[in-house]
Amino acid sequence: MDIKPKVETRDLNFFYGRSQVLKNINLVCAEHHVTAIIGPSGCGKSTFIRTLNRMNDVILGARVEGQVLLDGVNINSPAVDVVELRRRVGMVFQKPNPFPKSVFDNVAYGLRINGIKDRAKIEDAVEKSLREAALWNEVKDRLRENAFALSGGQQQRLCIARALAVKPEVILFDEPCSAIDPVATAKIEDLIIKLKRAYTVVIVTHNMQQAARVSDFTAFLMLGDLIEFDKTEKIFTNPANRLTEDYITGRFG
Amino acid sequence: MERHFDEELTRLNEKLLNMARMVEESVALAVKGLKERQVEFGRDVLGREQDVNLVEIEIDELCLKLLALRQPVAGDLRFITSAMKIAGELERMGDLAVNIAEVSLELLKVPLLKPLIDIPRMASIAQSMVKDALTAFVNRDEKLARAVCERDDEVDSLNDQIFRELLTYMMSDPVTINRAVGLILIGRHLERIADHATNIGEDVIYLVLGKTIKHHIEEIRREQETP
Repeated sequence: MDIKPKVETRDLNFFYGRSQVLKNINLVCAEHHVTAIIGPSGCGKSTFIRTLNRMNDVILGARVEGQVLLDGVNINSPAVDVVELRRRVGMVFQKPNPFPKSVFDNVAYGLRINGIKDRAKIEDAVEKSLREAALWNEVKDRLRENAFALSGGQQQRLCIARALAVKPEVILFDEPCSAIDPVATAKIEDLIIKLKRAYTVVIVTHNMQQAARVSDFTAFLMLGDLIEFDKTEKIFTNPANRLTEDYITGRFG
Repeated sequence: MERHFDEELTRLNEKLLNMARMVEESVALAVKGLKERQVEFGRDVLGREQDVNLVEIEIDELCLKLLALRQPVAGDLRFITSAMKIAGELERMGDLAVNIAEVSLELLKVPLLKPLIDIPRMASIAQSMVKDALTAFVNRDEKLARAVCERDDEVDSLNDQIFRELLTYMMSDPVTINRAVGLILIGRHLERIADHATNIGEDVIYLVLGKTIKHHIEEIRREQETP
């Protein structure tokens, strides 16, 4: 198994005002693998994933120290174009958040704001993205319908398709299944495993079994510290750290 | 934090220890019957077999239930999977105790071929291996578990010795064949009991360290990796 670092953090510290939310995080997210971030509420896992495409920039009083490298380039350096960064590093959120537009326009949105006007090209890309998100067969006759008419699980896959349409390299999932039912969850988990062939995936989840099912590597965070990071099978059969063991076996958290 | 799950795991632990006690007793009785030439000990062993089988099934069912309903991970997972394997080893030991009792009961019908020396010695090592393997399990004692595994060779060589000695009896006088074969079988059964104790020792090491030492797997894998 060839491991190539796609995203890497070096001594990453993060502060909201005076409170430090992430402490010296050194983590490598391997290309074409799924890295899961687990940990109790408030451990900083969502903050962590948001540092990977600078989603925290908009938060007042937020401050980053250390480096976040994408293909070896620090994404926090002034030369980096944030819009381009977020095209390369896409994100899917906890609650499905489609735009109040048609299914088609949701997926086409990113292409259009990137200046693509060619109708045929857009149609192609929309179909391809919906297929990749395992949604095409369910919506191919409903492309003109409002996205809100879809079920929760379908909306979430639509958001994934929307993220895929702009050809990202990394996809960040922030608890993508916490607002949807088990059957839809199973579809999304299956999808995440397929997506790693073409993309690098980082997922935050408070469902440990989900981390076990979909990820290749698992990082356990607690109170802003990276407690343990290893192959998922190692973490879930024989974790090295007592805190990890106690957390994943449900002794606290 | 105390979990409800811990109560279920404690129940599993108790069932396993109870089964272990039953099997230990069966092995001890089978050996005692042979040494003291007492028929009732052997018969007692035969009567206990079914109880051991039933407990094994109960343990299996409980483990499967916990796997399905609790989806255990880490130490919990290793405990439950080890419990299933250990129950299997114990059940086989129980069967072997029965086999020893059966052969003994036959041997008691005829005069002793020779004074028993090596077989009781072998029996006492095998029994102490069983005991230590279970103590290692109870105390999660990886060192004791390793010590159990290391004694397996001792039992194997005693078994070879017994076999060679009885072979000479059979060659010099065919009338002894029946009794000699009986003793060879008993040696073989004791050797198998020691093997199962060794397996339990290996299971305990996996339970404690999360590391497989069976079949020298680490060495084999290292050799496979270096071309």
